[in-house]
Amino acid sequence: MNRLSGVMIVGAALLAGCVTINIYFPAAAAEKAADRIIDEVWQLKKGSQAPAPAEGKQP
Amino acid sequence: MNTLKNLLVLCLFAASAAWAQGNLEIDTPAISQVRGAMQARHAQLAPHYASGAVGLTADGRVELRDAAAVPLAQRQAVQALVAQENGDRDALYREIARANGHPEWEAEVRSTFAHRWIERAQGGWYVQSGGKWIRK
Repeated sequence: MNRLSGVMIVGAALLAGCVTINIYFPAAAAEKAADRIIDEVWQLKKGSQAPAPAEGKQP
Repeated sequence: MNTLKNLLVLCLFAASAAWAQGNLEIDTPAISQVRGAMQARHAQLAPHYASGAVGLTADGRVELRDAAAVPLAQRQAVQALVAQENGDRDALYREIARANGHPEWEAEVRSTFAHRWIERAQGGWYVQSGGKWIRK
């Protein structure tokens, strides 16, 4: 019986863990994603993505 | 007991999936389309960031902050660019939140982007900070 309650406590903890992990906003991952998109949109990493078409064409 | 076991397995699976997620999903077709449009538009917006006509706001958007810095003939076109850019930025934040199964994360995605856009803006560009425009 003791074992069963032990398992139940672990189960409850895991269940709580699942819920908690999924609710919190992953700030570090979001920053990484933002930086990747900013690199691409502002073409900050030369030669990595599409060849910057605007270069040399600015007024 | 069997249900408990199943529950345990399910939970372990869900937890590991969540832990394994070190990255946000940003490669859905909707997001890629917006990214492409923003990248293409940047060439047109960049001179206006540099002139100070357009600045980066604290809420992850862009704003025509000094219309006088744009020749009258171009003003409408720049206004349209800003409106299109903001439409795409709003869609980007919304789609990232949705692609990751949490539409309610939109505001946090937006504020993360807002910080990063401002942090990474080039010298001479205008960014919003504490309700004021600051030249980087």
